[in-house]
Amino acid sequence: MTINILLFGVFPYVAMVIAVLGAWARFDMAQYTWKAQSSQMLRTKNMRVASNLFHIGVIFILFGHFVGLLTPEVIYHHFISTQAKQLLAMVSGGFFGILCFIGLTMLIYRRLVDERVRANTTVSDMLVLIMLWLQLTLGLLSIVVSTHHLDGSVMVQLANWAQSIVSLAPLKAAAYVESVHIIYKLHILLGLSLLVVFPFTRLVHIVSAPIWYFGRRYQVVRQKQQA
Amino acid sequence: MKIRSQVGMVLNLDKCIGCHTCSITCKNVWTSREGVEYAWFNNVETKPGIGYPKEWENQDKWHGGWKRSDNGSIRPRIGGKFRVLANIFANPDLPAIDDYYEPFDFDYQHLHTAPLGDHQPTARPRSLISGKRMEKIDWGPNWEEILGSEFEHRSKDKNFDEVQKEIYGQYENTFMMYLPRLCEHCLNPACVASCPSGAIYKREEDGIVLIDQDKCRGWRMCVSGCPYKKIYFNWKSGKSEKCIFCYPRVESGMPTVCAETCVGRIRYLGVLLYDADKIAEVASVASDQDLYERQLEIFLDPNDPQVIEQALKDGVPLSVIEAAQKSPVYKLACDWKLALPLHPEYRTLPMVWYVPPLSPIQHATQEGFIGMDGVIPDVESLRIPVKYLANMLTAGDERPVLLALRRLLAMRAYKRSEQVENQKDLEVLEKVGLTEAQVQEMYRYLAIADYEDRYVIPTAHREEAMSDAFAERSGCGFTFGDGCHGSSDYNMFGGKKSNGREKIKMIQIQE
Repeated sequence: MTINILLFGVFPYVAMVIAVLGAWARFDMAQYTWKAQSSQMLRTKNMRVASNLFHIGVIFILFGHFVGLLTPEVIYHHFISTQAKQLLAMVSGGFFGILCFIGLTMLIYRRLVDERVRANTTVSDMLVLIMLWLQLTLGLLSIVVSTHHLDGSVMVQLANWAQSIVSLAPLKAAAYVESVHIIYKLHILLGLSLLVVFPFTRLVHIVSAPIWYFGRRYQVVRQKQQA
Repeated sequence: MKIRSQVGMVLNLDKCIGCHTCSITCKNVWTSREGVEYAWFNNVETKPGIGYPKEWENQDKWHGGWKRSDNGSIRPRIGGKFRVLANIFANPDLPAIDDYYEPFDFDYQHLHTAPLGDHQPTARPRSLISGKRMEKIDWGPNWEEILGSEFEHRSKDKNFDEVQKEIYGQYENTFMMYLPRLCEHCLNPACVASCPSGAIYKREEDGIVLIDQDKCRGWRMCVSGCPYKKIYFNWKSGKSEKCIFCYPRVESGMPTVCAETCVGRIRYLGVLLYDADKIAEVASVASDQDLYERQLEIFLDPNDPQVIEQALKDGVPLSVIEAAQKSPVYKLACDWKLALPLHPEYRTLPMVWYVPPLSPIQHATQEGFIGMDGVIPDVESLRIPVKYLANMLTAGDERPVLLALRRLLAMRAYKRSEQVENQKDLEVLEKVGLTEAQVQEMYRYLAIADYEDRYVIPTAHREEAMSDAFAERSGCGFTFGDGCHGSSDYNMFGGKKSNGREKIKMIQIQE
């Protein structure tokens, strides 16, 4: 077993299992710790710009990755060619990536410089911010690397990797990314590492996005059950 | 008609001496923890003043409460559901810690360890958030205590709307009153409506509004939604917290800590039966000034046989109905119309009501300059402007405030005639529409204010909600949500759940 298979064939499953089981255990056993951990009230300054830029950017990028990597070629070819899709990914990803980068950098600065926020920063908060910042930087760098091959071939390789992973073909998956640029490899590995830390950090609030608020009535009443 | 019961509260401001005992005992019991040092589930403010957090009554600034739209429906003033979620990353209507005050402690140890010097050592403040030295403390839960700070600043008080406030800045015309504040446990709570997670709920059996600490995700929209600013974000735990109306005490028939320890005996606790089906209709009436009268319509007469029958059918226990019949809150709010809601114009239908305070009659009365209304002085000549009280308690409608004040004065005049002059002045009662029996009872409740009269709280029959009391044995009791044995119904390791707390199942009814 080569290191390549270990990292790109096996590690993804390890990361996913940790993410799912870890989150389940935390939700079940320590739900009180499941929260967004906002520090807005400690210092409001610049929060509207920084937090909105970061979140809007990161949400678009996250969904972009899911759609971009997991849509099979045969489907998206009905709408768009491979080359055009790569260009679209680079432009939109680049735009939202930069928004996100500005927001995230502001948030890190705030966390380090503001004494109230810094005093209430845990190691895990800092770890998440730094990992996200590095991941974002790698992602933006990968756009630069992508300019060298605008035919979409690398993008297809990466999509094949992702699709092989979800269709449980680890060996095939690892083979797809063996030859890609180191930037992509690092980006994938750091992304998987984010999955590993996900259940143990504030990142869990992502899956609590309260979209079902739209569907509920305003008032909530609870009744004690009669025995 | 769907009858529910609620334990409501009335505060007799006429007797509040502003001693802060309620605030301190509440703090010691519930919020002497990291993250909520700054939070006072109960605080006492001196009015006029902008209060704590700063300008909480100014909804042009904080956008709390409900807003009625032209089509007659209401939505939280912070915005509809879409706007609430759009602001989730950075809430523009969130008070910062500085709007409350930065929590601090003093360097007491320095008094022991300071080296010998020419001056007395001092204990200077230090922030409990950052640990850094604080040069100045500039706000708190009772910062304007007894008219502290300049009038110019205090007069931003929203209750001065439509009042010629300048003259009240002059020393001779100055006035003040105390306003103890806690969560209103509203019938139409805006915090519940603005919680994206659905973690806040009203309890059907006693109306207490609580935040499910496990389900709260810390989106902090409730802080903005509540117009009374009585939800506090715990900056340490990342979850919102609020006054719990001392529910463990109320469930066992005891008054809340703030009420129990009130040295002025100003607080009353009692059951109100209300028609839950009317809430939406009443909360969205067109005129702000109708809200007080319409809210009274929601409350049901606990002695009406039809109401009793329906209440029993809707699952209200007989003990609760009996408590409602003896409820001091019903007497004060519905029978005598002395107690009024705090800011009904927020449309939350609050359930903590206030008897407006009488105030000294200006010197001029004795000089004969100001009119007497028979034996009682003209209420308009009281030091606290009626319009000010009306802005606070009845959305600006002076009539209910005038009636309450006149009744308080009439009770005094009657008792004086009875006890001093030995002849009953029934005329004064007639003028304010009270019977002799009523006024005697009023006297008993307001002046004597026995413990048993002030607090009529039925026990919650927790034992009946428990299928197996034996299983409670060795249960984990109260935790800060680390949950002892997990919070879902399934144990991820396949074992049987033995968490005692979970024996009392709650059903969520979406309204």
